[in-house]
Amino acid sequence: MSDFAQHLINGIASGTIYALVALGYTMVYGVLKLINFAHGDVMMVGCYMGYAVAQSLGGDDASSFLGVLLVFSVAMAGCGLVGFLVERFGYRPLREKPRLTALITSIGISFTLSYGFQLDMGFLPGAAPRAFPEIIRPHELFVVGDYDIVIWNWQVISFAIAIVMMLGLQFLVYRTRFGRAMRAVSFDPKTAGLMGIATDRVISGTFILGSSLAACAGLLYAIKDTAVQPMMGLYVGLKAFVAAVIGGIGHVPGAVVGGLLLGLIEEFVVGYTASTWRDAVAFGFLIVVLLGRPEGLFGKAVAEKV
Amino acid sequence: MSALRLISDSLKSNRPKGAGSRPLVLCLGLGMALVVACQKKPGEGASEASPERAEVSKTGAGQAVHSGQAATAGAGAGAEAAAAEKPASDSAAAALGAPEGGDVILLGEVGSLTGAQATFGISTRNGIELAIRDINEKGGVRGKKLAVRVYDNQGKPEESANAMTRLIAQDKVVLILGEVASTNSLAMAPKAQASQVPMISPSSTNPKVTEVGDYIFRVCFIDPFQGFVMAKFARDHLKATSAAILKDQKSDYSIGLTEVFTEQFTKLGGKVVSTEAYAQGDTDFRAQLTAIRRTKPDVLYIPGYYTDVGLIARQAKQLGVKSVLLGSDGWESAKLFELGGTAIEGSYLSNHYAMNDPSPAAKAFREKYKAAYGATPDSLAALGYDAAMVAADALARAKDLSGPSVRDAIAATKDFPGVAGRISLNDKRNAVKPAVVLKVGNGTLEYVTTIQPDA
Repeated sequence: MSDFAQHLINGIASGTIYALVALGYTMVYGVLKLINFAHGDVMMVGCYMGYAVAQSLGGDDASSFLGVLLVFSVAMAGCGLVGFLVERFGYRPLREKPRLTALITSIGISFTLSYGFQLDMGFLPGAAPRAFPEIIRPHELFVVGDYDIVIWNWQVISFAIAIVMMLGLQFLVYRTRFGRAMRAVSFDPKTAGLMGIATDRVISGTFILGSSLAACAGLLYAIKDTAVQPMMGLYVGLKAFVAAVIGGIGHVPGAVVGGLLLGLIEEFVVGYTASTWRDAVAFGFLIVVLLGRPEGLFGKAVAEKV
Repeated sequence: MSALRLISDSLKSNRPKGAGSRPLVLCLGLGMALVVACQKKPGEGASEASPERAEVSKTGAGQAVHSGQAATAGAGAGAEAAAAEKPASDSAAAALGAPEGGDVILLGEVGSLTGAQATFGISTRNGIELAIRDINEKGGVRGKKLAVRVYDNQGKPEESANAMTRLIAQDKVVLILGEVASTNSLAMAPKAQASQVPMISPSSTNPKVTEVGDYIFRVCFIDPFQGFVMAKFARDHLKATSAAILKDQKSDYSIGLTEVFTEQFTKLGGKVVSTEAYAQGDTDFRAQLTAIRRTKPDVLYIPGYYTDVGLIARQAKQLGVKSVLLGSDGWESAKLFELGGTAIEGSYLSNHYAMNDPSPAAKAFREKYKAAYGATPDSLAALGYDAAMVAADALARAKDLSGPSVRDAIAATKDFPGVAGRISLNDKRNAVKPAVVLKVGNGTLEYVTTIQPDA
């Protein structure tokens, strides 16, 4: 029973991270009908930015509120910029071309980033993983028995950050001018353009927003795993994509639910069987969902997609 | 928005009318393709470690040779590249066709130059490169220069097998050096055996590697010995009574060491209280470590590779695991200190060679290596160097350069003075040598003791 509770806590902790990344997939799909496979790798770039900032702040000694704030804000801003550049120079020139072209371009960008970052020259970090500094010094907040159930401070902090980010996004999408413009573009880009909405700017904004959320998620992931590496983007990105599809791609709460579900499934599989089964079960679940409910769990509620 | 339409929407600009089963198949297909794509790098990195840049150029020469000679496999090197490389690569290619003619003897090497075990492959390549340079400076072998064609396997068994096929079928090398990880060597060995091309692994310690057949050799000791050394060290020096093991269930190496350690530790009167498993590439070990923490073992044996070990050590420290960490030669990498930080200090590992080994051969090697690469060689570099030296020695002694003759010459290696100890190959084609135990300090590995093989 205590194992179950512990797995539940861990699962929610990793699920919120998948959810944050999945939001980026879902938003971009919402406005462009494009699956941005480079999303995970943009996230990885953000993580390395956060890593660089944390290192320059003093590595493992950077554990302070201001330090965390600085690491997150620089990584999120930098990652937003990367997302913007990817859209501006990677996808925008292909806007009027068949969608397949942009899709394949996104895979190309994904590989360029994840393998480019394995080179060991200049600012590129090389293939080996780097230990992520303990910017949130880990300690137990809550312990039951002899480590039967433990809740860590970083789990609570990352959960809180993730929830704030999601609520912020919800507010932005439904309560602001930019959000309204986003929803309009998502509904019909051409008409939105005719109504005086700067479509290109909205699309750029969507990429910046999605990438910043991804950077935030990536940092939380790096804190959890105590490492960053060039291939993390492919891995986390693929999982988040699955989460987005399970929830119904294009649907914001769906991505969150999908992420949480996937995080829980993985944790329980690792906890009760072996970690080798984790990916098989996660992707198996995707297939089951697609067979039973091809539009994803929340896919039908298309009234307001983002 | 329907997930089913997802891919078809991406494929067509206009929305599909109905959602049949085709988009679903497409979607799943693409998903699978992506998973595969994540496993395999598009295009295989090939590079050349040749001391004679003029004879075989640095990168892409493999492709150039292929497109110039046989146009096998769509390697995709441009025609002009082939033309540019031609004068240089033709001599090498000629040497491949007729091993006794030409002026270059081409060896093959498979190593993890990228990926999670990249430092293994790079150290080994440096060692081999240095050996080849030394040999060529002294006039080469049989009046010819040695050259090595290196293929990157990204640390993956399937890529290792592909690289072997290329080395044997396309490059027609006389001998193959590689790999470090036993899992990769095991993927390569059957191909070497089947085509009768001798293979020398510098540092794969799993016994099964040389059991594949009589063309497979190694210049290091084998796992049973490393497990034996650590069990003995834990009982005799650390006086440990209980041990826990965290093994990598995807790695033959880790499983092999775990078996022998368990057997020896029990035989010496200790108790293995818990054995947990992870899979290579995992990054969160808290579940396993929490289980181990409950059993309060004196020592925690982690026969794994440095990337995983660094993270395990960090997370173990966070969780308050107090056991002394013990490891094996897979720990050895400069990255271990960076990944493990202070958490890894005070741990012990078994190894082939100590960096401060006072013997003149080892010292000379260290100086040469430092001059060439600006770093202190690790044991993988030393073993890479030894493997190439043993190979050259055998090639010089061999009757001719055919597979069986070279094989016989390698098998006859006796008391060869390697930089990581004297090498004699036994009838199982394994080197018999002592092991050292090192203590992890602040960025250094300190020599603790030497443990001899049981007579």
